[in-house]
Amino acid sequence: MRGDPPSPLAPAPLPADPAVLLPGAEPVRLLAPDGTRREHAGFEADLDPAGLRRLHAAMVLARRVDTQALHLSRQGRLGVYPAALGQEATEVGSVLALDERDWLFPTYRDTMAAVARGADPVDVLRACRATGYYEHDVVGSRVATLAIPLATQALHAVGLAMAARLRGDPVVVLVFLGDGAASEGDTHEAMNFAGVFGAPVVFLVVNNQYAISTPVARQTHGPSLAHRAVGYGMPGVRVDGNDALAVYAAVRGAVDRARPGGGPTLVECLTYRIEAHSASDDPSRYRTEEEVEAWRSFDPLLRLERYLRAAGVLDDERAAEAADAAERVAARIRAWCDAPETPDPLSIFDHVYASPTPAMVEQRRRFEAELAAIVPAAPEEAPA
Amino acid sequence: MTTLTDPASSTSWTAPAEPVATTITLAQALNAALHDALAADDRVVVYGEDVGRLGGVFRITDGLQQRFGEERCFDSPLAESGIVGTAVGMAMYGLIPVVELQFDAFSYPAFEQIVSHVAKMRNRLRGRVGLPITIRIPYGGRVGAPEHHSESPEAYYAHTAGRKVVTPAVPADAYSLLRESIDCPDPVVFLEPKRRYYDQADLALPVRTEPIGRAAIRRAGTTATVVAYGPSVSLAVAAADAASAEGWDLEVVDLRSLDPLDTETVFASVRRTGRCVVVHEASTFGGFGGELAAQVQEHCFYSLEAPAVRVGSFDVPYPPAQLEAGFLPSVDRVLDAVGRVVGP
Repeated sequence: MRGDPPSPLAPAPLPADPAVLLPGAEPVRLLAPDGTRREHAGFEADLDPAGLRRLHAAMVLARRVDTQALHLSRQGRLGVYPAALGQEATEVGSVLALDERDWLFPTYRDTMAAVARGADPVDVLRACRATGYYEHDVVGSRVATLAIPLATQALHAVGLAMAARLRGDPVVVLVFLGDGAASEGDTHEAMNFAGVFGAPVVFLVVNNQYAISTPVARQTHGPSLAHRAVGYGMPGVRVDGNDALAVYAAVRGAVDRARPGGGPTLVECLTYRIEAHSASDDPSRYRTEEEVEAWRSFDPLLRLERYLRAAGVLDDERAAEAADAAERVAARIRAWCDAPETPDPLSIFDHVYASPTPAMVEQRRRFEAELAAIVPAAPEEAPA
Repeated sequence: MTTLTDPASSTSWTAPAEPVATTITLAQALNAALHDALAADDRVVVYGEDVGRLGGVFRITDGLQQRFGEERCFDSPLAESGIVGTAVGMAMYGLIPVVELQFDAFSYPAFEQIVSHVAKMRNRLRGRVGLPITIRIPYGGRVGAPEHHSESPEAYYAHTAGRKVVTPAVPADAYSLLRESIDCPDPVVFLEPKRRYYDQADLALPVRTEPIGRAAIRRAGTTATVVAYGPSVSLAVAAADAASAEGWDLEVVDLRSLDPLDTETVFASVRRTGRCVVVHEASTFGGFGGELAAQVQEHCFYSLEAPAVRVGSFDVPYPPAQLEAGFLPSVDRVLDAVGRVVGP
């Protein structure tokens, strides 16, 4: 009705020419692989020197945590750890474009993003240690649990964004999806809900070229994943996912558009998973060493460092500071791995319901009695 | 560590001081419960397919959008996983979503969201966030509908811990159990017996019946216990009426909720009668009746005069409507089962 404020469930009007929603011919790139600064019309990384150093330090930390966790996994001190080496620009550049009040919905490969957002890596890695779940402070950090099923979290992200709008809160939600997850039905349903209700969501598709072994050509015959956006009435953006400034600029633009009611955006980041999918994977069966080496030369951290040093924002001293800070976190992770962590067997009953059912109380009682009946073996006596 | 307090509604409702009973249907009782829940707590939102302007294909959400506005009751895209998945995110933010999945078999696209997230998020997040979601699903057959519109999916949902499974059989319970489900800090799969939508009762609203987790004895008797729920309770009562001609005095227990399951009431009844028949519309193999019969044998063995018997539908796909009468449990089949537990 005339004069009424727009409904929080109403989308922004479509542009007269929907073609403006299509991604550009070239991926957004603000840094050449050698670190040279470039321009890309419509995309600006509004980071001052302090912000640039924060971005760099967060990427250094992300890589250190990732490498440390992978090494601990290979040593058998952690269980399966899905590494994201080579994806630091996408993982961190995107998250730093959020405001304090915003929410992040990561996947199992986004430990880097969760840590960049402030989640304690030890708490996140507890799931990999298999002594618990992803146990970071979900509500305080506004980092949802790292989703293991593909794409289901995209709907949670959209629902949370709709709820924030219904409550009148200017909250934006960033949700990570892989190129494989983009084929799941929930990806479609989430993007469609977000479009229909104008939900303030940024869908960040981490296109790292492979879903375990399956190449992205088997996920879509479209010109790109970002091209799908126009079908949902939202803009699609393709970004050089190894360019931290470009990722930051694209996500920041999407966040700024979403917050006042402009609706969702699909940002496709083109990057590469340097490591295997997981410990059980053998990438030599589906990709060549030459391909991996080519992508190694696009190292996102090296690219940003070259730019920052040339711009006079980063020097040896500051780089060492960032490395030292990351090393301290890595040392804390190692110390935690070395210390025993023995969860209470009875804790499996703790949080199934707000108030336990009588049947569960009875099962817990039986298990408790069973545990009490287990007599620890007497220590062997030393031979006389 | 930040913890969301359980965002469940703290509202309570009591019967009016001078209740005036009117004749209402089970469908109207559900509708009244939704009206009253939306009025009681502004965090409650109702959405799903066709629930807004139309008021739902069964009119259970009739008048909600007109009264509370589109922000409290709205039509969603036609996507069940999307409906339940977005409810998870809404509940994480502190809302209390009540979603409708239009028909039983159309709840299956939402299966992953229900069993992997709705039921498990509180546990996964170690109690930091609860999901007070109510998922309404009209279920059951004998309404002459096409395939996929008559199924009984309760065993699928009852098998996964972390959610409650509730199903009313009478109008008073339809109101009270739905209000309680919406108030409940845990998620509830709320199964509505669509074939009983137009059953009537004289009722003064609001009404509060026994809480979730308590069964009700619909008919007291001594010969055998017939356990039923949802659409099968009326069938069990009809069988009990018919059985009196045979000189059998049947007790009918209405479970009202499958999980939590009121074994106390069931076991006490079976120990009194020494005989037990379980009735439901779902296929017998792997059905909820198997769980109930197993628990009865385990806990009431020395009181039983005969093995507990299940009366479900046949283990074939739900047939075309012209064949459903032979597929579903009937009064005769319940009486036949009673005959088997009573003996010659």
